[in-house]
Amino acid sequence: MEPLDEELEESALELPSEPMQLNMGPSHPAMHGTVRIVLELSGETITKADVQIGYLHRGFEKMCERGTWTQCFPYVDRLNYVSPMLNNVGFALAVEKMLGVTVPERCQYYRVALGELARICDHLVCNGAMAMELGAFTPFLYCARAREIIWDIFEEETGARVTHSFGRVGGMANPPTAAFKDMVRAGLPRLLYMVGETEKLLLKNRIFLDRLEGVGRMSKEDALSLGWTGPTLRSTGAAYDVRRAHPYLVYDRMEFDVPVGTTGDNYDRFMCRQEEIRQSARILEQALEQMPDEGPINIDDPRVVLPPKDEVYSTIEGTIQHFKIVMEGVKVPAGECYSYTEAGNGELGFYLVSDGSGTPYRVRIRPPCFAAVAGLQQLIEGAMIPDVVPTFGSMNMIGGECDH
Amino acid sequence: MSKKVLALLEAQFGAKILETSSQFGDDTAVVEPSAWRDVAQFLRDDPRCAMNMFVDITAVDYPDREPRFEVVCHLRSLDRGHRIRIKARVGDAEAEGAEIASLSGLWRGANWFERECFDMFGVRFLGHPDLRRILMYEEFQGHPLRKDYPAQQTQPLVEYREGVLDKLAPFGPDEGMPFGRQTHDYSRNEEAN
Repeated sequence: MEPLDEELEESALELPSEPMQLNMGPSHPAMHGTVRIVLELSGETITKADVQIGYLHRGFEKMCERGTWTQCFPYVDRLNYVSPMLNNVGFALAVEKMLGVTVPERCQYYRVALGELARICDHLVCNGAMAMELGAFTPFLYCARAREIIWDIFEEETGARVTHSFGRVGGMANPPTAAFKDMVRAGLPRLLYMVGETEKLLLKNRIFLDRLEGVGRMSKEDALSLGWTGPTLRSTGAAYDVRRAHPYLVYDRMEFDVPVGTTGDNYDRFMCRQEEIRQSARILEQALEQMPDEGPINIDDPRVVLPPKDEVYSTIEGTIQHFKIVMEGVKVPAGECYSYTEAGNGELGFYLVSDGSGTPYRVRIRPPCFAAVAGLQQLIEGAMIPDVVPTFGSMNMIGGECDH
Repeated sequence: MSKKVLALLEAQFGAKILETSSQFGDDTAVVEPSAWRDVAQFLRDDPRCAMNMFVDITAVDYPDREPRFEVVCHLRSLDRGHRIRIKARVGDAEAEGAEIASLSGLWRGANWFERECFDMFGVRFLGHPDLRRILMYEEFQGHPLRKDYPAQQTQPLVEYREGVLDKLAPFGPDEGMPFGRQTHDYSRNEEAN
């Protein structure tokens, strides 16, 4: 800043008001995710903002064009690494849509149950991190504890805690373990108790509320035109949930509410996610209730599903079948399809193009938080610097997904 | 359900709708590139379509075909719950003339998706307010999702950007942080001395 010129006349003696440029990120202590926000400030008010992403770009779509359809699963795991199971299921459903197959009922319930666990995990991380960035560290620890319950279940089921690559075309890698239902039933009440504790700490806290309420307001029309989906869209009052609007798997048999907000501010986004945790728990209870304990988990189609290991080693048919699927990949009919599921952040779309071979011709992911982060600029222009932190937090940007 | 939309489009635009299909239950219309924006505007504003939700814009590269790129846009209507996919084919084998009208005036969300499409495929969107790379950096050469971009391709080192250090005031490059960020590039230190 320039020093005041002493020779100025009294009337012209004002503070110099050149706009100041400020970089937030790519690695900022008060924000999670690698994103760079270039701000132009007038005082503490933001006059212009430019959100720059791409720091976590790993060429996901290019990589998928090099392997088989099944080999995409580890990649989709690493898109939204907070709720990988939802990505796994979303991608599996997309390929199954092209193959024209439907997984057995038991698997559908299993996918719903695992997916809802992952969704709870996603919302916990988002809300916990958002609270932590506003200085409330304890709720984050509570959320991390609650997430630990879910991760323990995932570890038991899949063998991995975070990136489990558990989905398969035409089923899942393994059937549910014998302890699955009991573990979820035992874990859920503990989890919901901790969610309640978090809310008790936060929702009567003046500082927390002041920084959320009325900050980062988005109208319903703008949200739709930006392509927002998921909790960010629902907070503006549009009750669009893929699970309700275009039910897939067995969501049409589940009873649950779609929470909506009224003003579309940070508080509404926070509360939508909190309520969705409870709704997911409701779905989970129903899914466990209805899920059969016996029955196949994979479809019975030798062109799609790997044969059991003992058959591979003892019969020639099994060996050949295994070889064909592993070496050439599952043959997906030529064509293109767009398949969409409700992921943690909203509509996760996969636009797949196949040329009829075992390798995808094009895998396009439509990441929900890419659209959400695109709207960030509009929200923070005209706001103050401290508003950037909770507003960005409520977008729930997941670098892997947003930057492909 | 949105077969109706396809019929509407054909009635409204006639020969400008090159083909329609409904593979795997996704209704698709291939549109003449010159009518791209008009079709999109019709889909958004006509009350029978009411496609107020922007979903996605991307492209697919078919190097053997002419035109080479397929620009693909997905839309959805919140009130009516139907979806549609519109496609337009642009660009010759050398990717010349890979241009299409921007939809960012119709849906705000198109802004970033079109930037990404430009970044990855080099399809230019005419009338876009701010068409620059979004995932890659400015100096990146080529467009990575084109089929003729080898996956093993390496990129040249980016030239030292002038003027960046000025922003690191009050520290110079080698002072102020004795505990970290030490450079082992002795040639530069000598220059400084």
